[in-house]
Amino acid sequence: MSTVLILGATSDIGMAIARKFASRKFDIQLAARKPEQLQPLQSDISIRFGRSCSIHAFDALNYGSHASFFNSLVPRPDITICVFGILDEEELAFDNWTIAERMINTNYTGAVSILNIAAKYYISQHDGTIIGISSVAGDRGRASKLIYASAKAAFTTYLAGLRNKCFREKVHVMTVQPGFVYSKMTENQPLPKPITSTPAEVADIIYKAYGKKKNIVYVKWFWRYIMLIIKNIPEFQFKKMKL
Amino acid sequence: MKKQIANWGNYPVMESNEESFAFHEQLNQLLDEEGDFIPRGNGRCYGDASLGQRTISTLKYDKILSFDPATGVFECQSGLTLDQILEVIVPRGWFLPVTPGTKFITVGGAVASDVHGKNHHIDGSFSNHILDMDVVLASKKVITCSTRMNEDLFEATCGGMGLTGLITRVRFQLKKIETSFIKQKQIKAGNLEELIRLFETYHQYTYSVAWIDCLKKGEQFGRSILMLGEHARLSDLHEKQRQDPLKLPKKKQINFPFNLPSWVLNAFTVKAFNYLFYVKNFKREINNVISYEPFFYPLDAILHWNRGYGKNGFVQYQFVLPLEAKPGLIEILNRISDKGLGSFLAVLKVFGKQESIISFPMEGYTLALDFPIKPGLLEFLDELDQVVLRYGGRLYMSKDARMKPETLQSGYPDLGKFKDIVRKYNPEAKIHSLQSDRLFLTPN
Ligand SMILES: Cc1cc2nc3c(=O)[nH]c(=O)nc-3n(C[C@H](O)[C@H](O)[C@H](O)COP(=O)(O)OP(=O)(O)OC[C@H]3O[C@@H](n4cnc5c(N)ncnc54)[C@H](O)[C@@H]3O)c2cc1C
Ligand SMILES: NC(=O)c1ccc[n+]([C@@H]2O[C@H](COP(=O)([O-])OP(=O)(O)OC[C@H]3O[C@@H](n4cnc5c(N)ncnc54)[C@H](OP(=O)(O)O)[C@@H]3O)[C@@H](O)[C@H]2O)c1
Repeated sequence: MSTVLILGATSDIGMAIARKFASRKFDIQLAARKPEQLQPLQSDISIRFGRSCSIHAFDALNYGSHASFFNSLVPRPDITICVFGILDEEELAFDNWTIAERMINTNYTGAVSILNIAAKYYISQHDGTIIGISSVAGDRGRASKLIYASAKAAFTTYLAGLRNKCFREKVHVMTVQPGFVYSKMTENQPLPKPITSTPAEVADIIYKAYGKKKNIVYVKWFWRYIMLIIKNIPEFQFKKMKL
Repeated sequence: MKKQIANWGNYPVMESNEESFAFHEQLNQLLDEEGDFIPRGNGRCYGDASLGQRTISTLKYDKILSFDPATGVFECQSGLTLDQILEVIVPRGWFLPVTPGTKFITVGGAVASDVHGKNHHIDGSFSNHILDMDVVLASKKVITCSTRMNEDLFEATCGGMGLTGLITRVRFQLKKIETSFIKQKQIKAGNLEELIRLFETYHQYTYSVAWIDCLKKGEQFGRSILMLGEHARLSDLHEKQRQDPLKLPKKKQINFPFNLPSWVLNAFTVKAFNYLFYVKNFKREINNVISYEPFFYPLDAILHWNRGYGKNGFVQYQFVLPLEAKPGLIEILNRISDKGLGSFLAVLKVFGKQESIISFPMEGYTLALDFPIKPGLLEFLDELDQVVLRYGGRLYMSKDARMKPETLQSGYPDLGKFKDIVRKYNPEAKIHSLQSDRLFLTPN
């Protein structure tokens, strides 16, 4: 019986991932900074799928608590999925360091802090999987996503490095690069329907990619090519564009 | 986010700011904001009941809270859809106490329309099976209600089209089944008289519904197929079915990818009906044991079949007439076939007695058929309304996009009481819809 830990389980994508893995007979550990919100999901998962599902308090920004949080999990999870993240108003973040710092620390520093701990444990076991949800936004810096994209870029780079570090220890690290997803984070943005995914689609793709031990997975697949084009626009031209 | 929304009939279409919540706390934040709203489930009502400038969608509020496989008591958040419930309960030997002709509706929508199935004459409507529920008022106050607690709120919320408050949690009683199969009997009726006689003869069947050919005149006026069903017992199954008696049907769906001119769908239903009438039902009567899916949800196999009516959309006209008003049924069917505006098929069901103030069912016959939007249609439906009222009947708000306030007033004798309760719980009329504005159900 394998167990999956979901960090940021109150997110729309996190809830969909929890249901997907539970439907495939994984036990689920839900971790979030407002754990009291997760009781309905806990009962839902145990009733629908008959899996064990537990709730844990976890704050990505409380780095000092991360080791004791991870070490108190029983059993220790076989898969750790890092889903949390924030996207604040970039204009506000540019003006206000507190907001910018929180965005950097949630999307990058907090993720590194907890995943270092998980990775150390998996390396000691010579077994385990880490899945990090980054974003295609990190593939190229641009004005309208100044802080968010750079933090996600750092996270993507961290995951690549971790994959390299863990490979010989039989620990797998997978990077997930979603494009547009309908969720709380994007509720107020008009998104182009043909290239936007639902959280359930994201969860399906992650589950399949996990089964195939993919290294980097774009959601959906065509985002790899969209980003390829975007990455290939020469900088002298890119800097003039309104993006 | 602002977007164009419409319900199943694709008529009317309006721009609305749609918001959603996954946790109660988020709902409270939405209620703190300025702006009137209407609760919205899966948009399977046909007309304008869940449309408004601002809609609060329950679709993310979809968790199962408890289920006792020993007693069949089920409790969930209001955005859960019936198809998901079936997946959980059927393999454990339970079924929905009442189900409409599509499984893609939310529990909140089932309560707010107080939906009926093919078993109304035996089991009543959805609200008859509710143990209790929570309603969140526009003021954020949460009120638990049932037939024994805050009865007025309960009465006005069942069938109340979302106007009292947003239903968040429902606890209801499921129905025990031995198998997931239906023992079906299909009988051909040569005309309407014969059909009515058959309904009377077979009134003890739990499930009954008839498809009527609306175009035939003369001797064959009202030729139809009556479909009767019971949940099959283990002993009704053949050997292969018995290996997995509580089997879930396979998910196979075809999608209607784009809007088609409306004759396509009609041609399709004509073919389907004639096939049943002439080929499959070569005999007058057939008996078989089939999966529950094609019996209850024949149309769900084609996702977005509503696009078959073209981009102008359609309205579904559903009314009920008292049992003794058979001449009314004949008069209406005649007018429909003379006018030739309606769909080829109409669906006829029987309702048993029902005590409620605003729910649609009342003892009698209910007929539903589709009308693609065309010039002259709305005037024609106004004429039909007069016939329905003359025979003491009324229309179903959940299908409606066009009736006049007077039509509602005459059909629902307890409307005044309903409005008083709505005013009590929704005093500032912060909750209202395009439909309630049209029907003067809420001041605005
Ligand atoms: C193919 C088809 C067949 C059908 N067959 C039948 C049938 O046999 N019998 C029958 O009775 N109906 C039938 N219907 C109608 C359908 O069952 C109802 O319209 C139902 O209410 C739709 O539910 P929904 O979740 O889609 O809600 P919506 O269509 O989004 O909303 C319907 C109403 O419910 C209110 N509402 C929704 N959720 C809540 C909530 N949480 N709290 C408060 N109010 C809420 C809305 O404000 C609106 O007034 C059928 C519809 C289709 C498309
Ligand atoms: N939506 C998209 O288009 C899109 C595209 C690419 C990538 N992504 C990424 O996908 C992931 C999931 O996002 P989503 O779309 O599902 O949005 P979401 O519903 O807004 O989820 C964000 C989650 O992060 C959590 N979180 C924020 N700060 C936290 C902290 N300090 N500690 C713990 N948890 C914290 C939030 O918890 P609370 O519930 O407590 O606020 C929330 O559950 C994010 O990493 C996001 O960057 C999303």
